[in-house]
Amino acid sequence: MTIELAIFLGLAAVAISASIAMLVSRNAVYSALFLVIVFLTVAVLYLLLSAPFIAMVQVAVYAGAIMVLFIFVIMLLGTENVESTPSHRWQFAAALVLSYALIIQFIVVAFVLPADPAGEFAEIAEGFGSPASVGTLLFNEYLIPFEVTSLLLLAAMVGAIVLARWERTT
Amino acid sequence: MTHILVLSGVLFTLGALGVLIRRNAVVMFMSVELMLNAANLAFVGFARSREVLGGQVFVFFVIAVAAAEVAVGLALIVSIYRSRSSIDVDLVSDLKG
Repeated sequence: MTIELAIFLGLAAVAISASIAMLVSRNAVYSALFLVIVFLTVAVLYLLLSAPFIAMVQVAVYAGAIMVLFIFVIMLLGTENVESTPSHRWQFAAALVLSYALIIQFIVVAFVLPADPAGEFAEIAEGFGSPASVGTLLFNEYLIPFEVTSLLLLAAMVGAIVLARWERTT
Repeated sequence: MTHILVLSGVLFTLGALGVLIRRNAVVMFMSVELMLNAANLAFVGFARSREVLGGQVFVFFVIAVAAAEVAVGLALIVSIYRSRSSIDVDLVSDLKG
């Protein structure tokens, strides 16, 4: 077993247990903090998969901005423990059965695909996934999608302000 | 590749399970983010396996769209909370026949 595989298995164990903890914790703030652990673990996995730029974006955008928004909304609304209504029993059982089927599908697909000829964490070209290489691709081949993304972010900003604005009823 | 796809599948399934079993709108939303992350992990894994950088650029776009989605979604949750003082999704069933 290579050292990369050992690191991967450790990170995978952390990510999966943190996800399960996120699902079962009653308090929404704990869920948010467990989700931060998952995001940071995934960022380290990106580093392992030679994607340093994406790893940094993951930490800055997901673990930073998005989780701050989540925690801010939870604190603002004071809705840490709103799980009031007991959901139907059959719903829980059906959810478990469906997710079991989903996971079987994923694992079958993962093993049906041909394995990498050079091995899973083989050596790769120097600079693959560096900010320079990703930026070159982003601003040449994917320039128009990039500009559309900026429009999307603008629209989302306006939409969020319109939706969350305090209606003044005079 | 196989290991990464299995981990991605497990995380995606956990996210889907969270959407199905939780009733708190904010926690359901977090589960959706978990599913997006699982998909991103598969993208990066394939990008590395095939040595094509396009997968990483796509992950960049997915992260940008996720940020926009979170902003709008949380604004929706805030506005639902204003109108009925709860974010329990079982209580938001006005259209139910």
